[in-house]
Amino acid sequence: MTAAAPTRADPDYNFAYLDEQTKRMIRRALLKAVAIPGYQVPFASREMPMPYGWGTGGVQVTAATLTPEDTLKVIDQGADDTTNAVSIRKFFQRVAGVATTEATAEATLIQTRHRIPETPLTEGQILVYQVPIPEPLRYLEPRETETRKMHALEEYGLMHVKLYEDIARHGHIATSYAYPVKVEGRYVMDPSPIPKFDNPKMSNSPALQLFGAGREQRIYAIPPWTEVVSLDFEDHPFDPGGAREACALCDARGVYLDEVIVDDAGGRMFVCSDTDHCRGRIEAGHVGASAPAAAPHGAPA
Amino acid sequence: MYVAVKGGERAIDNAHAWLAEARRGDVSVPELSLAQIREQMTLAVNRVMAEGSLHDPDLAALAIKQARGDLIEAIFLVRAYRTTLPRFGHSVPLETSEMAVSRRVSATFKDAPGGQVLGPTFDYTHRLIDFALAAEGEAPEAPTAPPLAERTPHIAEFLDAEGLLQSEPEGGETPSDLTRQPLAFPADRALRLQALARADEGFTLSLAYSTQRGYGRNHPFVGELRVGMVAVEAEIPELGFAVEIGEVELTECETVNQFAGSRTEPPQFTRGYGLTLGHCERKAISMALVDRAMRWKELGEDDVGAPAQDEEFVLSHCDNIQATGFLEHIKLPHYVDFQAELELIRQLRREAEAAQAQARAEAQAAKEAAQ
Repeated sequence: MTAAAPTRADPDYNFAYLDEQTKRMIRRALLKAVAIPGYQVPFASREMPMPYGWGTGGVQVTAATLTPEDTLKVIDQGADDTTNAVSIRKFFQRVAGVATTEATAEATLIQTRHRIPETPLTEGQILVYQVPIPEPLRYLEPRETETRKMHALEEYGLMHVKLYEDIARHGHIATSYAYPVKVEGRYVMDPSPIPKFDNPKMSNSPALQLFGAGREQRIYAIPPWTEVVSLDFEDHPFDPGGAREACALCDARGVYLDEVIVDDAGGRMFVCSDTDHCRGRIEAGHVGASAPAAAPHGAPA
Repeated sequence: MYVAVKGGERAIDNAHAWLAEARRGDVSVPELSLAQIREQMTLAVNRVMAEGSLHDPDLAALAIKQARGDLIEAIFLVRAYRTTLPRFGHSVPLETSEMAVSRRVSATFKDAPGGQVLGPTFDYTHRLIDFALAAEGEAPEAPTAPPLAERTPHIAEFLDAEGLLQSEPEGGETPSDLTRQPLAFPADRALRLQALARADEGFTLSLAYSTQRGYGRNHPFVGELRVGMVAVEAEIPELGFAVEIGEVELTECETVNQFAGSRTEPPQFTRGYGLTLGHCERKAISMALVDRAMRWKELGEDDVGAPAQDEEFVLSHCDNIQATGFLEHIKLPHYVDFQAELELIRQLRREAEAAQAQARAEAQAAKEAAQ
């Protein structure tokens, strides 16, 4: 596992890259977002030194939230060593000099793309999500002018019709990620493209959850201990799904698994998506069905 | 073992090293200097400055070099740098009627005070590959004339004086700043023009072209297209008056468009407006057409549902840095979401197959019962 102690931040840049005025602007948006859980607050997103789509919203939220005492963890697809997670972690090591970790429990601030860690979060932790399209109604109504009105009037009928049509056509709600939720009984919110398997982790979490969409210039939040309900029907209750298999490396069940193709004859294995959780279990002595000498985690590229 | 996107740190470092080597190309060929790019790839430099929203030819040249000639990548580099610059203040509005023109053409009048100046244009070149350029040769020299002494007034002023051209209302308040406030709809014209000024040239061109082909046609004439240097002045608070702090090259296009008139107003021409940093004619003309198309509501025209009329559509999609970022991000790993889709589609197929099997069994049973 790679953890790094704090270093000296690059003196050519302000702490955490953004200037203090920009951070103040983002913090104001964050405070408003926390005050109105699930409401999308417009903010004057800046051009960042990584492309839109690579997590510029999350990076700006992290930059505005980070303090020199923080310990940062960055994951993409549940893994700390995914290329873009590595790149974002390096960015903050350089411009903020903060300590970094891969251990969920040791981190004070976690930036994520597409997953919520398996290890339950605790009070005082902040989880920052990277969000591509913050508007849950966007693919039902492409106009921002319309969707803002729909949120204001709490007019979510269109979303329920969509979910109903899924059931009529497929027998199930055919949304497997970015599954819409309702926050504290008011705003319908896009949880970012996490698998619906992770949705229940959002509700009544002791941690503060912040969402940043850079290109779309929106910030929203779920304060700690806030109720988050995945949309469903009485006769078709929300089903988080999940793999039937156990992790081939650490034998974990009830966690989210990646399906890995291992040969060209259809052979595949299932391994934990959350690399930190998997390593922790292996170190604790859990052995999966095909835990070999050469595990994928920590293997050289 | 599948490790393609994991253990990324060394892979990233190696990719960057490879990129640097590929950027340099064959080392037996002399390296490009920034001055060469700035002086000989001028229109590329101008486009990068215009869409990067930053007037700095040397920086734009460096960005083009760093981006291996990928102009959108170069624009991105300039934009990201621009965000880090402190703001000292703003200039007083530029007086484009005081422009020292190097090019000025009007399609609406054969001649006008100030005259027509073709300037350095491709317009009447025959597009024959000039093989002589492949050989290094003497620098060609163009004949010169003394600079125009008198001011070059805008062509629109003449129509304006006759009342034939709709006059634009004075914008009293300071316009909002696209780079400091989130874009909200409806956007006023100042905001729309800001967005178009940094919009992708290709997107703006195609939208403008679509209006010419009938998707929101607005009958444009190029009233005037001018390119030249304009002084930039800023108020110095300690002095209490404006001083010239430099000059920039601009391209300005004003179109004259038809307007049928309404119950309250007699028939008049209307305008579209385009302005870019540097010499970017295609962009400035396109911008004017799209600006005019988006004014349908204010001018009491019909919404024919054309893309160029739809400000939310145009402004949300005209920025190439946003567009290319979101487009290209789909090459980042998405396997967690894809796994969720795999699970769902397998479940749906299992259920569909079970339903079919049951239907077959029932049909078989019914058949046997009938026999």
